[in-house]
Amino acid sequence: MPEKTLIEAIREAIDEEMARDPRVFVVGEDVGPRGGVFRATMGLWQKYGEWRVIDSPLAELSIVAIGIGAALNGFRPICEIQFADFIHPAFNQIVNEAARFFYRSGGVYNVPMVIRSPYGGGISGGLYHSQSVEAFFAHVPGLKVVIPSNPYDAKGLLKAAIRDPNPVLFFEPKKGYRLIKGEVPDGDYIVPIGPAKVTREGSDLTVFAYGMMHYYVLQAAEMVAKEGIDVEVVDLRTLAPVDKATILSSIKKTGKALIVYEDNLTLGYGAEVAAILAEEGFEYLDGPVMRLGGPDVPGVPFSPPMQDFFMPNPQKIAEAIRRLARY
Amino acid sequence: MAVEVKEFLPITQRHEDLGLSDELVLQMYYHLLLSRRLDERCWILQRQGRVPFHISGIAHEGIGVGAAYALRRGFDIVHPYYRDLALSIALGMRPIEFMLALFGKKGDPHSAARQLPSHFSLRHLNIISGSSPVATQVPQAAGIALAEVLKQKLRPFLEAAGFPVSQEMRVVLTTTGEGSTSEGDFHEALNWAGIYRLPLVVLVHNNQYAISVPVWKQMAVPRVADRAAAYGVHGIVCDGSNVLEVYRVVREAVDRARAGEGTTLVEAVTYRWTPHSSDDDDRTYRTREEVERGKRHDPLPRFRDYLYRRSLLTQRLEEELEEQVQAEVDEAQRLAEEMPYPDPEEALASVFATEDRSGWWGQS
Ligand SMILES: Cc1ncc(C[n+]2csc(CCOP(=O)(O)OP(=O)(O)O)c2C)c(N)n1
Ligand SMILES: [Mg+2]
Repeated sequence: MPEKTLIEAIREAIDEEMARDPRVFVVGEDVGPRGGVFRATMGLWQKYGEWRVIDSPLAELSIVAIGIGAALNGFRPICEIQFADFIHPAFNQIVNEAARFFYRSGGVYNVPMVIRSPYGGGISGGLYHSQSVEAFFAHVPGLKVVIPSNPYDAKGLLKAAIRDPNPVLFFEPKKGYRLIKGEVPDGDYIVPIGPAKVTREGSDLTVFAYGMMHYYVLQAAEMVAKEGIDVEVVDLRTLAPVDKATILSSIKKTGKALIVYEDNLTLGYGAEVAAILAEEGFEYLDGPVMRLGGPDVPGVPFSPPMQDFFMPNPQKIAEAIRRLARY
Repeated sequence: MAVEVKEFLPITQRHEDLGLSDELVLQMYYHLLLSRRLDERCWILQRQGRVPFHISGIAHEGIGVGAAYALRRGFDIVHPYYRDLALSIALGMRPIEFMLALFGKKGDPHSAARQLPSHFSLRHLNIISGSSPVATQVPQAAGIALAEVLKQKLRPFLEAAGFPVSQEMRVVLTTTGEGSTSEGDFHEALNWAGIYRLPLVVLVHNNQYAISVPVWKQMAVPRVADRAAAYGVHGIVCDGSNVLEVYRVVREAVDRARAGEGTTLVEAVTYRWTPHSSDDDDRTYRTREEVERGKRHDPLPRFRDYLYRRSLLTQRLEEELEEQVQAEVDEAQRLAEEMPYPDPEEALASVFATEDRSGWWGQS
């Protein structure tokens, strides 16, 4: 199998879906001749033309609203929000509109759309090019929230998202766009939305993560393996709807849980995983459910030492694993 | 029933000059009357405590009926707002379909009894579900219209894949209030509409108030339609209480849109003499004298007077229509009251779709 980067896998998924279904189109800022600021749509405008790769005006709420309208009228829009930090103007259209359309019409009007957006820090982006926004949206019934951690999943999950009859938010760890490589088959395959995946078997404790943090967690697990700590790793992949079964079956096996995410700690996605474990996994627990997240400050600072201080990394994760293993 | 004596401005154009037959204008009158009587009944039911809430389309019927007749009904797509009782009626909504929503009963076709009443949604009439946050429907309507453009541009590819494209574009009509034109959604929608010359009509019901806030606190330009210039779309003002005038103006806008000549922002002026909703008390922000003066904008006596002057309506026919409409409203109320509520657990249904049913494909 050929090795590809995360961004290449994403581009390949979009390209193949556009070739497969003429209702699929891309809309967003700079997605056309420029191919997106991260090059996710590179070459697609040249290949499919201006009516399928649409350079939107600089206006996020209407990138989403236009997508909703086009979806209602039979198309399969892929809306690109250039950075997750800029999704907030579209919050109302996503949360009040896309998420609620099917329910509020009594199951009549479904909105088959994808909103893609790069998220996450560690790339010297400062407060407004580093945010993690998944928890806001994972809270809303009617939205599916997907975050791939590797190129194989990215391609398969994005294809599944494009074919899903519901609105799907697809957040991409931008730090991993070129850093994370992996084997990706040419041609069609799907990774279904929903199931989490055990990506490393272990017996002492489980670390739950997704996106960029999952990449670091695997590294941390190798570090502590040398010290005799046998870590199981679960890549959550789909944050909403959450795969409780995989979470619970892993905790049943290991009895200890650490959840790692780069969002601010308080009310980040890990809070929900912790609640599931406390409520439904209580009998299996041998230690406190622990979380490692970013500090509760309003953003990832720009200056390198402060940025490093904010971001979880393999060393910090390994340290948290050691603390948990001591129980 | 005798003609109510009211002060109003006579209608001066002639329906035949607009291509409307005698039969059609009588139908328009019937739809106007049915909407009004249904609406009045909803107020009574709310004041009697039999339903929790009503938001009214009284004084807006001229806009709704005029606009509905300007569309290719059943083909064009409508994304309305809560004042559009008359628009929905004229598009084919039956009184029972409204009453079920009003009572929150089983079988409500708009939202399965989840949304507040007057959140119209009827797939078979191409009426698309709206929410309560104002103006959100306007950029969505632009997206629906953009899809119509895409269908034409991508016709061979779509048809090869089994998605037939209609010969002509569907025109999308969306409505909102004048206060709601201050929202960013409205601005972004018209910006798209101008750039892509979308087959869209944005019809603004200017009833002079956004709850309690008058127009002059909403915008520094004298007319909502003035805003069109900033987006490169057509803008036009019309008298919203003259159903024939609304028909004429919206018809022109629809024809332009279908011909690929782009979007029109239509401002239809009326005066809301009811409170904003059944939860509002409008005595806190305006005088009774002003409200009485506002009733000159009543579209119903104006149109009735026109039909009498053109010898299309007689005392006898008027009475017959009143009786027919009252009977329809009575019957709708009776059926809705008899209908059970939804099972509580229905609150859990249809969060996610399992199959795709989106889109308007083909059909001439
Ligand atoms: C985004 C949003 N803000 C506030 C409200 C509360 N609200 C409902 S209707 C309304 C006034 C709307 O006025 P206008 O647009 O003129 O429409 P009208 O009711 O007069 O027809 C307000 C403030 C709302 N529904 N949505
Ligand atoms: Mg108003």
